[in-house]
Amino acid sequence: MTPSHFTAVLLFALCASVVFGITMRDTPRRMFRYGLYCFALFVGSAIVLSWVMFLIAR
Amino acid sequence: MATPPNRIPAAGRPAARPNAQGGFVYLPLIAGWLVPGAGHFLLRKWGRGALLAASILGMFILGLAMQGKLYTSAHDILEILSLVGDLCNGLAYFVTRALGIGADQVQVTTADWGSRFIVVAGLLNVISAVDAHNLRTGRKPLE
Repeated sequence: MTPSHFTAVLLFALCASVVFGITMRDTPRRMFRYGLYCFALFVGSAIVLSWVMFLIAR
Repeated sequence: MATPPNRIPAAGRPAARPNAQGGFVYLPLIAGWLVPGAGHFLLRKWGRGALLAASILGMFILGLAMQGKLYTSAHDILEILSLVGDLCNGLAYFVTRALGIGADQVQVTTADWGSRFIVVAGLLNVISAVDAHNLRTGRKPLE
């Protein structure tokens, strides 16, 4: 299995966010919201850092 | 925006809804470490347990599918930490080692990601097991 880097990021973020959401909050609604928040942070920070590294390398 | 964190009962005061149950108090913790989600299953939290098991085992299997390395020995501090992370996967680690699945050496780029997937799956498994323990002791309310 050879996923692209971005696919690997999405898979990693999805699995980690599910666990974070369930373990860090105590009601289903708050779990879902926190999981979504973590997923957005994982993916968003990966995109931002990728652009920063791209600009530094130029 | 993040939701506010859980309320933790003040020290010395019992939890608002103690989850009083008989039996060995560390059983969900140990079961959760050995099999991802099992701690929650023991507490009859079927949905949470299934999601945790799917996420953690999914991450572990994805790591193996990417030819991730299973650490069997450690020669420096990074390898020791990775080995500890792998061991946190519980039975999944021992079964895959016994079956000879998993790469011995990282040879392609995806294998490096796979190794990290396996280590992080173990760390998430520990978080999940501790959550089951908190549910069992009443530190986290059973909804």
